[in-house]
Amino acid sequence: MNVTSSVREPLVTGGKTWADITNDICRQVEGKPSKSWIIAFTFSVLLLGVGVFCVMYTWFVGIGVWGLNKTVGWAWDITNFVWWVGIGHAGTLISAILLLFRQKWRTSINRAAEAMTIFAVLCAASFILLHMGRPWLAHWALPLGNTYGSLWVNFNSPLVWDVFAISTYLTVSVVFWYIGLIPDLATIRDRATNKISRLIYGTMAFGWNGSAKDWSRFEAVSLVLAGLSTPLVLSVHTIVSMDFATSLVPGWHTTIFPPYFVAGAIFSGFAMVLTLMLITRKVFHLEDYITLAHVESMNKVITLTGSIVGVAYITEFFIAWYSGVEYESYAFINRATGPYWWSYLAMMTCNVFSPQLFWFRSVRRSILATFVISIVVNIGMWFERFVIIVTSLHRDYLPSSWAYFTPTWFDIGDYANSFGLFFTLFLLFSKFLPVINMAEVKAILKSAGDVQTGQATGNAKVKSNETVSHN
Amino acid sequence: MGSHSTVHYNLDEKYDFTPEAKKRVLMWLFIGLAMFGVGLAMLIMGGGDHGHEVAHGATAGHGGAHAPTWTARLYAVLWHNALFFTGISLIGVFFVSIQYVAWAGWSVTIKRIPEAFGAFLPFSFVAMLVIFLLGGHDIFHWTHADAVAHDEVLQGKSAFLNTPFFLVRMVLFFGLWYFIWRIIRGYSAKEDLEGGLTYYNKTITVSAVFLIIFGVSTSMVAWDWTMSINPHWYSTLFGWYHFASWWVSGIATIVLTVLLLKEKGLLSFVNQNHLHDLGKFMFAFSVFWTYLWVSQFLLIYYANIPEEIIYFKERMHLYDGHYRGLFFFNIIINFLFPFLFLMTRDAKRQTILLKIAAIAIIIGHWLDFYLMIMPGVTKGTSGFGFLEFGTVTVFASAFIYVISTQISKLGLLAKNHPMLQESLHHDI
Repeated sequence: MNVTSSVREPLVTGGKTWADITNDICRQVEGKPSKSWIIAFTFSVLLLGVGVFCVMYTWFVGIGVWGLNKTVGWAWDITNFVWWVGIGHAGTLISAILLLFRQKWRTSINRAAEAMTIFAVLCAASFILLHMGRPWLAHWALPLGNTYGSLWVNFNSPLVWDVFAISTYLTVSVVFWYIGLIPDLATIRDRATNKISRLIYGTMAFGWNGSAKDWSRFEAVSLVLAGLSTPLVLSVHTIVSMDFATSLVPGWHTTIFPPYFVAGAIFSGFAMVLTLMLITRKVFHLEDYITLAHVESMNKVITLTGSIVGVAYITEFFIAWYSGVEYESYAFINRATGPYWWSYLAMMTCNVFSPQLFWFRSVRRSILATFVISIVVNIGMWFERFVIIVTSLHRDYLPSSWAYFTPTWFDIGDYANSFGLFFTLFLLFSKFLPVINMAEVKAILKSAGDVQTGQATGNAKVKSNETVSHN
Repeated sequence: MGSHSTVHYNLDEKYDFTPEAKKRVLMWLFIGLAMFGVGLAMLIMGGGDHGHEVAHGATAGHGGAHAPTWTARLYAVLWHNALFFTGISLIGVFFVSIQYVAWAGWSVTIKRIPEAFGAFLPFSFVAMLVIFLLGGHDIFHWTHADAVAHDEVLQGKSAFLNTPFFLVRMVLFFGLWYFIWRIIRGYSAKEDLEGGLTYYNKTITVSAVFLIIFGVSTSMVAWDWTMSINPHWYSTLFGWYHFASWWVSGIATIVLTVLLLKEKGLLSFVNQNHLHDLGKFMFAFSVFWTYLWVSQFLLIYYANIPEEIIYFKERMHLYDGHYRGLFFFNIIINFLFPFLFLMTRDAKRQTILLKIAAIAIIIGHWLDFYLMIMPGVTKGTSGFGFLEFGTVTVFASAFIYVISTQISKLGLLAKNHPMLQESLHHDI
């Protein structure tokens, strides 16, 4: 027996029934692509086309086409990589960690968030290939050892750990996401009206028949994968942070990096989920499934993680002064007042100040404000990585080699490529697969649907203070 | 799932801190004091030798300026315990605030336990203040004006590390913590009498304010009270590491208190599912502590910068490896043990196993704080004797006395909490 307190807001509104959920979410999979989808998809593919041209040119000519110089050897490439990997944290966090915390609101957003995670990790991986300059030697990052000569990869290097962490994370995320899709794919198969869809969705559904045995296995596998994903998702950004923190570069070598990077990753990941879901919700008319209660909960996570990041910024700044180390202090003063002061200002404003607006309930529950802030946060998180990477490098120990990094069109074009890839994949996903996990939303309907819990405004009446559902 | 029969709980259940129980706790307090006295006498009589022995080993940022005397060990031991029990009391308030802000339903039946912990804050405040005023010079090298005068690095920090500002921060943070705890506790008491959602909603707001203050102050007190013992050493992660150790100790103390009350036949509304969740917290945050431990250790080890690595050198190699055993035991008892022991579902649902885990974690993190504090103050002259066990007995008895009194003041169940039914029917 489960009880849901009446102080909790319903998570499914509009008096939906189990059948309504299936119809509402399958509608866009089964129907013809809408006009807005076709326009968005065309634009994304065009962007991807331009991006692919830039990437091919970069590989053909070499990474000299970027604005790198002898002092700043990492700039937009690694900034973009870290930014995308960070975004790719939200899906697994929502599916695994919010599952452990029994947050029912995750059910409406986990599917899209996981899909977004996979696409973001692919975008991140593209920058690893890009910054190698010679992508045909990418397999050298794997520990293949003597097969290719007498040298192993350097196991002491966090760059190698990155290869393991991210490839494992990508694999587990894809498996987790796909397994979660199976019951929904079977629903679409069962509703299919033409042979081709039945064949495609039927193949993808792996012969799911909805028996108790199927569900029992499904739940066992999901639990194991959730258990695996939790440490994995934390390990990924921890190791990304160690790409910097194991070095001796002032501004990079600081012990707070691992947890602070993870908090920042969740922060930007949630912001990206919000950006995408607020559009999806509007275009696909899913307001009854992604309610203001969902938006508000996500905004709270953004406020929390944004504040953790803020405390970390202040801690770094304070300890740089407190340490009494000249180079540490200079690195941080240079961030704030040096030639890149504008990027530091962008980072502070977007990441530390903007989420504080969510302390006001009216802002947390405003779709427009949330949409704007979600984009602002991701701009800020891009600048955070830019600040960490470029401003720590551009004035190194030898003042004679101090330099300034300016991006070229190919820095911008290669970045655009990742957006093209990301949106193309996301649009394909949102058209051909159910963007909301039907099976899981159905599972919470009894305890969180407005009519089912007697919280519907209108005809349904509030029966008692507490609603008891027997299941 | 399960049966549909309704169990009727006594919603007005109270804990009675009987005169016999009081006597028993006070007896332990006196036993602790006696042990402390014996330990102190032994220390004074045998203290001289130790000081000389270690004089050359004292390289940790003090440049071997002066060897620790017996008073160093005395104040370090007192400071260690005051700090540890401050942490547990504070975590009680933090735990309750999180439950409110996160709209947690499951924890209502145990809420009154952590809620009582804040009552110890004034006592630990007085303890810390007195220890600092009496023994500040022994614990904190930066309080010596002559040492600072010859030390450029310490001069650079003196805007932050100076006695008046240190005291201001201490008073301010304790004041804020206690003040907010009083409000939260007051609302909780009024909710019992008046019901309604007013106090619930107000507590959410106050809890959010507390979390902001807590978020900033826990890092700052970690710098003040623990990191500045090694005034040349710094680590940006230290504040969060220090918090994680407090947090796990606090959760384990909540678990232990709940179990002890259940043993008395109270808290019948706390079922296995609540225990399971508490067990998950102990498990998860033990891993979280380990994560921060590894992050801090690995990055300092990798960079191998003399100013930073000295912290781990002191704990692994210096003073003839005085702390080496403890350094590794710390990881075993605080990571390996809870990780393996609490892995299974059953371990988190059975009273006896949970109790063993909670006690181990409390001891483990007490040792973790020992390891944070002792090397910097006492160099190689620390130990485990009557002094240490006496002091911890005194602090633990005082804590138990104050908390038991506080728990007995209100009902054990927050009977008008809007999430009460969720918690009473908690089933996972």
